[in-house]
Amino acid sequence: MATKEEFLNNIANELGRPRITAPVEKPVWRHQPQHAVLQGLSQDQLVEALQAQCAVGHTSVDVVPLAQLEATLDRILDGLQADSVIAADDRRNDEFGMTTYYEQLKNKMDMHIWKEEAGEENLRFAERARVGITFSDVTLAESGTVVLFMNEQMGRGISLLPHAHIAIVPKSTIVPRMTQAAQTVRGKLKGEGKVPSCVSFISGPSKSADIEMNLVVGVHGPVEVFYIVVDDQ
Amino acid sequence: MSIRISNDPYDKRIDKGVANDFMRESIASAQGRFRSGKLAASEELGDWEDWRSLGEEIRTHTLNHLDYYLNQLTEQVEARGGNVFFAKDAAEANEYIKKVAQSKNAKKVVKSKSMVTEEIGLNKALAEVGADVVETDLGEWILQLDGDLPSHIVTPALHLNKEQIKDTFVKYRGYDSTSTPEDLALFARKQLREEFLAADIGITGCNFAIAESGTVTLVTNEGNARLSTTLPKTQISVMGMERIVPTWEEMEVLVSLLTRSAVGQKLTSYITAITGVRQEGETDGPEEYHLVIVDNGRSKILGTEFQSALHCIRCAACINACPVYRQIGGHAYGSIYPGPIGAVLTPLLDGYENHKELPYASTLCAACTDACPVKIPLHEHLVRHRENIVELGMAPKMEKVAMKGFVQWASHPAAYKLSSKLARTAMKPWTKDEKITDGPSILKEWTKERDFPAPPKETFRHWFKNRKEEK
Repeated sequence: MATKEEFLNNIANELGRPRITAPVEKPVWRHQPQHAVLQGLSQDQLVEALQAQCAVGHTSVDVVPLAQLEATLDRILDGLQADSVIAADDRRNDEFGMTTYYEQLKNKMDMHIWKEEAGEENLRFAERARVGITFSDVTLAESGTVVLFMNEQMGRGISLLPHAHIAIVPKSTIVPRMTQAAQTVRGKLKGEGKVPSCVSFISGPSKSADIEMNLVVGVHGPVEVFYIVVDDQ
Repeated sequence: MSIRISNDPYDKRIDKGVANDFMRESIASAQGRFRSGKLAASEELGDWEDWRSLGEEIRTHTLNHLDYYLNQLTEQVEARGGNVFFAKDAAEANEYIKKVAQSKNAKKVVKSKSMVTEEIGLNKALAEVGADVVETDLGEWILQLDGDLPSHIVTPALHLNKEQIKDTFVKYRGYDSTSTPEDLALFARKQLREEFLAADIGITGCNFAIAESGTVTLVTNEGNARLSTTLPKTQISVMGMERIVPTWEEMEVLVSLLTRSAVGQKLTSYITAITGVRQEGETDGPEEYHLVIVDNGRSKILGTEFQSALHCIRCAACINACPVYRQIGGHAYGSIYPGPIGAVLTPLLDGYENHKELPYASTLCAACTDACPVKIPLHEHLVRHRENIVELGMAPKMEKVAMKGFVQWASHPAAYKLSSKLARTAMKPWTKDEKITDGPSILKEWTKERDFPAPPKETFRHWFKNRKEEK
């Protein structure tokens, strides 16, 4: 049975040199085209790029002022005939009026907030919920992507197990592309010493083309995905 | 399954592929769609060549410092409560994973699509300890139900039509709805969701491990990798030892190259980056995490002229560009890695003995090299393989006899003259309307599928001589 040392020594040996133990300085890459994509755009132009990409990515997008967030959620939940909703216990819930909105929702339907103390019940509820609601931590205009940093208030199951996923996108979270999201995660690694246990890049609904190359929406993950871009600036 | 998927000889596998009209049509159409998608997605960037150069540079640097980055990855995974196991071959990897399954008393394992677990034959190994492995990628699940084999590394059930898929569902799962892809997929969703909820262990592959943070990145469209890393209490990720990048910065570049090259998407529906076990207070994600790093012949490629074959990010762009794959299909390669990259990689991982024909499954047109997002010189590797095969005395018999005969014949003017003169007469029995339709000997294979022009009445030398005299 190979130990780590044997395994790595063998690699060094095949590469024809001794083991590298001193820290490796990553070179400055000679080509860096990733930084040029959608550069110099205003936040409004990035919203437009996001909308354009979502239009071809089977994702519904609303762009609304904060005052219309609740009405927009009502309309989407109605359209989905939602009878059960699970949502993250997000630090932004108060700021965006979600805490009171979820309280009111409890009068109309089954409503569960993902909380550490709920334990296994979180997943059990998510599995039978019609809709899961999360905030987006970083949003990528180029690919129409919401990036979620999972934690004890936002479990992986909220945006995965229900029929539909609604992501509230604070306009300030929109960046050109994955390049900037990767930098944000690296910043967390440097600042907090670790990255989230799960970072999920979600670009619209679950898809498959495994049957005769026909695009089918909704194989394992949500069948319908909605982004609500909220002006928070 | 292991890397080898057939015991049939090469020519028989090719006959089978060429005779399967549905498969060849669907490959032709799939290749067209994959390629136009990739073209649109790469042209849109405007500077695709710079992206490719960056991809090549990242892969070259990482592989040249592989021991360092694997060590860093290991330390980070362990710091996040994960276990790392180094397996020098398939047997060691399977033994370790079997032990984990036994320690968890696992009855059901859900697996998201992973080529390396196919390569090591993991499903069979787990069955030996009573664990039932369910493939959860839609295409893989279809194949698993009917005991069929993958024919493409991105869309493994490409060779099946929807009627065949419906029949499989009816036969094995009591399906009673239509053969529309939507209905079939909805049925699979319901069936597989039950499997996810009941699973003791989730197994994934690894598109890119990130050394700096101990992260494993999974690229999918269906979301099965998300379910595999959310619901089961134990997670095992299996990675080929070369599937690693230094930091998140390089991960995102390679993911961008992968999704555009594989399916023409800017990003797939899901890019999922998993680091170790669930954190304190989290109520989903794995409580126990194992990363299995597999060599299985890869280290022997390091430091050789073939090292860049390990740069492969498994996008299948070369497969989608290959005119030979188009005609013979994935199964004919006899390897889980088909197409140009398969023809390069399979003999390196599993030896020339069983795969000496693969480097010849190419026209050397270089479409594969042009398509590769990390600039692997695939057709040059195929030429090097052929040289090695000839040097080892393993070249196909016909090539050896033909080359030897040609040298003898072409170096003796009298023999050359005589035989080229006699060719027309000799070929008469097989000639019709100046075409040979069902030729003998070496012409047999060629004329089975197409005609060969009959030798002309006048030889070139004779014509040339007369032409000079006429002047």
